[in-house]
Amino acid sequence: MKKNRFFNAITLTVTSASLYILLALLIFTGIIDEYNGQLLTLAGIYVIVSLSLNLITGFTGQLALGHAGFMAVGAYSTAIIIMRLNVPMIPAVFAGGLITAIFGLLIGIPTLRLRGDYLAITTLGFGEIIRVIMVNLEGLTGGAAGLKGVPPFSDSGDFILDAVIKFSWVYGFVIFTLVVVSNLIKSSPGRAIISIREDEIASNSMGINVPYYKMFSFTMSAFLAGIGGGLYAIYFGYLNPQMFGFLNSVNFVVIVVLGGMGSITGTILAGIGFTYIQEWLRIFKDFRLVIFGLALISVMLFWPKGLMGTNEISVVKLVRKYFFKNKNSDNSSSGSPASGESQSEGVR
Amino acid sequence: MTKSKVLALLVVAVMVASMFTGCAGGGGEIKIGAIQPISGQVSAYGTQTRDAIQMAVDEINAKGGINGKKIKLIVEDDEANPEKTVNAFKKLVTQDKVIGIIGALTSKCSLSITKEAQQRKVIMISPSSTNDTVTDAGDYIFRACYNDSFQGQVVAKFAQETLKAKNAAILFDNTNDYSKGLRDNFKKKFEELGGKVVIEESYATGDKDFNAQLTKIKGTNPDVLFIPDYYSTVSLIAKQVKSQNIKAPMLGADGWDEITNNAGEEVVGSFYSNHYSPDADDADVKNFVKKYEEKYKITPNALAALGYDATYILAEAIERAGSTDTSKIKDEMMKTNKKFVTGQIKFNEKRNPVKSAVMVEVKKGSDGKLTAGFAGIVNP
Repeated sequence: MKKNRFFNAITLTVTSASLYILLALLIFTGIIDEYNGQLLTLAGIYVIVSLSLNLITGFTGQLALGHAGFMAVGAYSTAIIIMRLNVPMIPAVFAGGLITAIFGLLIGIPTLRLRGDYLAITTLGFGEIIRVIMVNLEGLTGGAAGLKGVPPFSDSGDFILDAVIKFSWVYGFVIFTLVVVSNLIKSSPGRAIISIREDEIASNSMGINVPYYKMFSFTMSAFLAGIGGGLYAIYFGYLNPQMFGFLNSVNFVVIVVLGGMGSITGTILAGIGFTYIQEWLRIFKDFRLVIFGLALISVMLFWPKGLMGTNEISVVKLVRKYFFKNKNSDNSSSGSPASGESQSEGVR
Repeated sequence: MTKSKVLALLVVAVMVASMFTGCAGGGGEIKIGAIQPISGQVSAYGTQTRDAIQMAVDEINAKGGINGKKIKLIVEDDEANPEKTVNAFKKLVTQDKVIGIIGALTSKCSLSITKEAQQRKVIMISPSSTNDTVTDAGDYIFRACYNDSFQGQVVAKFAQETLKAKNAAILFDNTNDYSKGLRDNFKKKFEELGGKVVIEESYATGDKDFNAQLTKIKGTNPDVLFIPDYYSTVSLIAKQVKSQNIKAPMLGADGWDEITNNAGEEVVGSFYSNHYSPDADDADVKNFVKKYEEKYKITPNALAALGYDATYILAEAIERAGSTDTSKIKDEMMKTNKKFVTGQIKFNEKRNPVKSAVMVEVKKGSDGKLTAGFAGIVNP
């Protein structure tokens, strides 16, 4: 067992590091140009926020419609912490996440004890309230004119180097989010969370503290969304309350549903696809939004459960299968816990 | 299952492949980008502006281009969304390698790219972003319109000098920067000239009922009512103003452009400042309106005229610079001093054009349709 865990950790570290080096090199040499580098980085931010939403909507089964609001809290608080208090970026991003988590906790306390669609309605309201607050707290947020001059990740003047640095930051946080979410899902609280999705009454009768685990999942979700927001703020350098409208919240729901509710791999694929296809469709000029809508409809027609359903692609399994066919054949017994990315084929 | 897997793989493959498609640069042409909201909330403005830019480019190319080189115009949609604006900007600058950008249309979109345009030394000329801070980013950022602080002053001056108003009421959108900026500047100038703002009432974007605010305004009996917002909201407010029987004439700014197609008779007798008036007695304006109407079958609005001017300002600067070196072009931009469709344009040290504003009055034409009639020019 211990040997397995060690092997998994090594595999995942090596995989993520080599993927990082590959992409960073491609950006650095200009094979992925700045525009695509930009999209890749933006996709990373979308993936972080969508993963956070998947935690509450996909794994816990509670529909939340206000993640753009959480992102806004994270974005504005990170930006203000950096600009007013001169805090370095990493602590500022985490502080932004924590502030957002507090907001999540405050909203969760009255609503998560209830069952049904209350969370959807409350978070919907929350998203709008946050936007209005951002507009009216003019001294702090710049009001409707927006907040200008958030310092970027790097300002070296070399655009390609800047692109690589931006990408590295966001990539690092994507890995962080991935590790947190997938480990959480496979831990004992994670199993409790999934059981709530499957049946609240049954899990309650099994001794699971339903409101507590819902709160836990929701606060965690808010925390990660806040981190995504903080990165977004630094990444764009300009914030406007209108960037966090209701439609943006819906976009994240679309990503989660498209990828498959309760699939981490699905969310990653859908997050990248969603960001990229919108830009790629620019070649269709005026028809791009029509085609985009058609693409969404056809995905839902052909894959009603989303691209991945609740399945995952496990890097560890793939590596085992193709590189260690003989050596580890005795070890590859099913159900071995992976420490990083998931391998839970069909949690249901 | 296998079928869907194949499909999924195909989609991924196409996406990855498209990531690596670069763009080959042409030798004999000058590339200019345009970022306009072709879809989204203000697409009515965006499409007209795009058409006008395209018309200007076609005209220049028909005459042989700039110093023998044809202009290649690449238009990207920003959906009036700052995030999409940044993506469009990156695409234009790093893939298409444009030397100048005409856009963005709304101030918030322009603000999201000014810093990078300055860093990358790309000439950016916004046809219509009136927010005062747009050109603050540096000496590569220009605009073809006057800014909000000037516009607010124009309306205040017009109210006092032409309408002889002493007391003004303001009803504005406090969630909209454009509306707030105009409120501040109108108030400042109006009071400076000896008038008094007797009441200020506000609402939020998307509000539909303004009766509470209007009742209060009616109680103060103002001489004029200033409503600095876009035409869609103004047409709602105007109906309620009439049903409350407020007699004071309404005043507005360039957001009122298109009001004649969106409101009823209640706006007759109102005045608003604009960048140009299609029926002004001016050879350039007449020529532009005629060409535009022939080509697109509608009367161009002010933003179209500004897009047309912005294109010519940029093209002429490139021509004078004699090269595609943007540091030379930006110096030539500063030397612009010519009569265009929207008036005499000359940039001040903050790269804002010093130009006159047109005040127009909403009138009812003989055919019963509303028209915006020329009511006077206010000089800076």
